[in-house]
Amino acid sequence: MAWFLRKTKNIAESQQREMPDGLWTKCPQCSAVLYRKELEEHAYTCSSCSQHFRIGSTKYASLLFDAGTWQETDRHIRSADPLDFVDTRPYKARLKEAYAKSDLPDAVTTGTGSIEGIPVSFGCMNFGFVGGSMGSVVGEKFVRAGRRALEQRMPFIFISASGGARMQEAALSLMQMAKTSAFLSELAEAGLPYISILTDPTTGGVSASYAMLGDVIIAEPKALIGFAGPRVIEQTIRKKLPEGFQRSEFLLEHGFVDMVVHRSDLKATLARVLRHLGGSVHA
Amino acid sequence: MASNVTLEFERPIIDLESKIREMRALVDQLDIEPQISELERQVDDLRADIYRNLTRWQRVQIARHPDRPYTLDYLTQSFDDFVELHGDRAFRDDPAIVAGLARIGGRSVVVVGHQKGRDTKTNLHRNFGMPNPEGYRKAYRMFQLAEKFSLPVVCLLDTPGAFPGLEAEERGQAEAIAKNLLEMSRLRVPIIVVIIGEGASGGALGIGVGDRILMLENAWYSVIAPESCSSILWRSWEYKEQAAEALKLTATDLIQHGVIDRIIPEPVGGAHRDPNTMFDTLRSVICEELDELSNIRVDKLVTRRREKFYAMGVWNE
Ligand SMILES: [Zn+2]
Repeated sequence: MAWFLRKTKNIAESQQREMPDGLWTKCPQCSAVLYRKELEEHAYTCSSCSQHFRIGSTKYASLLFDAGTWQETDRHIRSADPLDFVDTRPYKARLKEAYAKSDLPDAVTTGTGSIEGIPVSFGCMNFGFVGGSMGSVVGEKFVRAGRRALEQRMPFIFISASGGARMQEAALSLMQMAKTSAFLSELAEAGLPYISILTDPTTGGVSASYAMLGDVIIAEPKALIGFAGPRVIEQTIRKKLPEGFQRSEFLLEHGFVDMVVHRSDLKATLARVLRHLGGSVHA
Repeated sequence: MASNVTLEFERPIIDLESKIREMRALVDQLDIEPQISELERQVDDLRADIYRNLTRWQRVQIARHPDRPYTLDYLTQSFDDFVELHGDRAFRDDPAIVAGLARIGGRSVVVVGHQKGRDTKTNLHRNFGMPNPEGYRKAYRMFQLAEKFSLPVVCLLDTPGAFPGLEAEERGQAEAIAKNLLEMSRLRVPIIVVIIGEGASGGALGIGVGDRILMLENAWYSVIAPESCSSILWRSWEYKEQAAEALKLTATDLIQHGVIDRIIPEPVGGAHRDPNTMFDTLRSVICEELDELSNIRVDKLVTRRREKFYAMGVWNE
């Protein structure tokens, strides 16, 4: 049986989140004045130069899911401090501050929802939470969301936005690369689609694990995507990097992403791909 | 191939040893044999004492000691009949990762490991043990070969990280590492991983998923090298000792958090002090581990391997 034939009902409350403050904002790329409503209509991209603004999981959920279908899961999972890590400040204090200043559950939000009627399990990283860094919580929620896809025979869709591993969890954060990839090997054996969406930025340990393992990989325009950060590379080779290096279009040209898709077309593109991957041969 | 590199904390040992040498030269003229024996006993005690109380940063220094055995030393000394295989069949051969077939305890295995150089010339050739994507893709090829011929895999980790170069990014460093993580998670043969020196970040983990993760006593393994951690979190290169402490990157730290399964003891003074003993120890440990893993049905093996990694991490809920 194809994965899409078995449907799960999701009774959900759509989450209303506040727009950025102010009636208008200025595009940092082309200086165009963008009104709130206009920005919202263009999926938080600049209507004159197409600059994609960084948005978090709440806005992505509202852009992608059919009205009333989005339901968040595992919100209660929070970062611990297993190593009692202290640099210039204790990790505990950094976490406390990060939780206090945002209502984000951690660097990742997971849940379920429907895209043009197709139920999916979904995860989306929050760059606004400690730089979207991948610690134990990201790995665990990734696996739980993936497990939900597997058990309920749904596709798994994951949006990356991360500077890499969370240093304060040291080797445990490194192991999240193995943990998430190990899970994807199990999902692959079950024949369920995994679609990876790369947004600005997707670097370090996240890029070198689940972000690059999609059956289909979609990138937003001009997102920074790579293993090593541009500054580290410049220090190594002692040269300036060429314009557009490690950007989505560069990865498309080199064969590492399937397509670069404008955020306004993301939902429709996902739906088309998922309908194809649903298959026509019934086992 | 001794480089005569002395680590700072070894200085008192070296001083005592040279004093003993001076006294030995006088032993024909003076009756000082008993005093020499006493000093020799003291130097042994001192060495044992220093090595019992190493800081994390000191262990990082031992892991980087220029005389420390590297992958090819183990492949030729702990293993028999090593046949090196080259290339990723797509772009080129990466000398920073060596691979091939070898025998250990009478059993053929596929071996893969990072390889550093010993001097400027060999280090340039080996790129200081920092692989490019083609290195990880060569490893991938080896994993497939192992599965096809039902051979266990042994991976030896020793790298300061994957190479952060322009071409490495162009050819998909991230994809090459990611693909290995997935492949090693599903491979239907036993995989033994040994961190023999430096285990830095995704560059190490790229050949580091397995059924049993073993680690030499003075190796280190973490998400980032202490110097880089210092430069990012302290915004200065000067806090490497503190960074090494904070990262809890030693074998004793990691076994407590379930990241590794077993610590392999090194000779007193580190693997480079007595390489032959180290080669023997590694051989017998790998044989023992292979014996155990070969008794496990392959489905169970893969399930257990995945579950081991699913269990990694600490959070509150
Ligand atoms: Zn603009």
